[in-house]
Amino acid sequence: MKKLVLLIASSTIAGFALAGPGPDDNTLVIEGETLISEVKTTGDHPLDTIYSGWRFRKPETQALETDDFENPAMVAVDYAHDLWETPAGASNQSCANCHGGVEEAMAGLRANMPLWNEAAGKPWSLEHWINWSIQEHQGADPWKWESPEMLAMTALIGLQSRGEPMTVQTDGPMAAWIERGKDLYYTRVGQLDMSCNQCHEDNYGQMIRADHLSQGNINGFPTYRFKWSGLGSLHRRFSGCMKNIRATPYKRGSDEFVALEAYLASRGAGLSIETPAVRN
Amino acid sequence: MAKIKPRVKVPRKAEVGDVVTIKTLISHPMESGQRKDRKTGEVIPRKIINHFKASFEGEVVFDASIEPAVSANPYFSFDMTVPKAGTVTFEWIDDDGSVYTAEKKIAIG
Amino acid sequence: MDFSRRTFCQLGVGAAALTLAPSLPALASTDPVQDAILAFTGGAMPGEGDIELTTPEIAENGNTVPVEVSADGAATIMLLAAGNPNPGVATFTFGKLAPYRSAATRIRLAQTQDVIAVAKLESGAFTMVQRTVKVTIGGCGG
Repeated sequence: MKKLVLLIASSTIAGFALAGPGPDDNTLVIEGETLISEVKTTGDHPLDTIYSGWRFRKPETQALETDDFENPAMVAVDYAHDLWETPAGASNQSCANCHGGVEEAMAGLRANMPLWNEAAGKPWSLEHWINWSIQEHQGADPWKWESPEMLAMTALIGLQSRGEPMTVQTDGPMAAWIERGKDLYYTRVGQLDMSCNQCHEDNYGQMIRADHLSQGNINGFPTYRFKWSGLGSLHRRFSGCMKNIRATPYKRGSDEFVALEAYLASRGAGLSIETPAVRN
Repeated sequence: MAKIKPRVKVPRKAEVGDVVTIKTLISHPMESGQRKDRKTGEVIPRKIINHFKASFEGEVVFDASIEPAVSANPYFSFDMTVPKAGTVTFEWIDDDGSVYTAEKKIAIG
Repeated sequence: MDFSRRTFCQLGVGAAALTLAPSLPALASTDPVQDAILAFTGGAMPGEGDIELTTPEIAENGNTVPVEVSADGAATIMLLAAGNPNPGVATFTFGKLAPYRSAATRIRLAQTQDVIAVAKLESGAFTMVQRTVKVTIGGCGG
């Protein structure tokens, strides 16, 4: 079997993208709750309508997200429930000892990520907040960004925002970070000299070889991807995309990825959080 | 997912004679033995769940012998007639001999 | 890598013929799919009918393909993937408390190929069905 060569270097990929089926018309209902997977944009948004990545997947894949047992990410959520109750670190306290129940304590939190941290002077992703609390309050060792524990916990916390519209602060100190993220989105990098918009803005809905391009919205992260046979973080996804275009990826948790995350959160504002989503 | 954890969905209640759908999953990488380590070129040894069994009050309802072609985080769904109140027990066997179990009670009413 | 397409044809009740792709010598017993089926049936040729296999037409990703198989009165159902490095996928055995002899699972398919289900019915007869699943190799994003 030939190894896939994803793209041939070119100044435009329009000639290599075959006409694809575009986003479908399906309605996303998870456990009886209807989620917003399509938003008509206002102002000077480059796209008229934004769609969740769910709308670009095949029916069998879509079905896996609509049921909390069928969703393969939920076993990690179970693990996070255990972690929530487990005392850790010098404090010997569990998350529950301070926060109480995760459903009330974390309701709506992920919908606002990345969240401005005044003391740090920058926005923080959910992973940053979790690790700060682990170290500061539990006196325990931080979790690696892509560790099973961090993926499980961001999935559990993200789940408490499921159905909420993605809403990141865009004014005040966040404005500069969103602008920086926007720059990164439109800057061509790597050996293949490509930028995010070339696939996700100019060619969403088309097939890139065997993959159905979405708009690259982030409302489902952390996401269970078939490709990973497991959960993965948003920054892992960014990293993978950069590697595909033969660019040196930024690090997980870096200012660049946080800025990009902030921009994408603003770009996809209004879409319902689907965490933990199921994708290809 | 590093931890190997079962997850089962069984209705808590049923009437005698009802047919219920039981769904099961266990988080497990199902290392097929086909992959090679990128750095060393060595084959990563096979390590899968090779057997799954669901029983009601000790009587086998559904049994699966499993090859590496079953996806990671193996999922099985099947139906069962409920003859009376009782406990459904589940067992997964790993190549390395580990046995993972779960159980759920079904009440009548 | 050679990929030969195998076709199994059954002609009428009680008479069945298996046809191998022309590239394989007729006397060779090196077809692992045929071997697996005959080992399961004890040498008998499976009939057709009374067995359903549900698969997607095109798999989103070859490593997680949802399939469902069902055969009324089946004691055992064997699933094979004709184009995988090894054809065996899983064998399901049903107890008396299983009213619909059906099971759903998710499987790995290495390439476009036939998924085959063979059922051993409680009557002692065997029946078989196959469906082609297209598997695309893609995968943006590491």
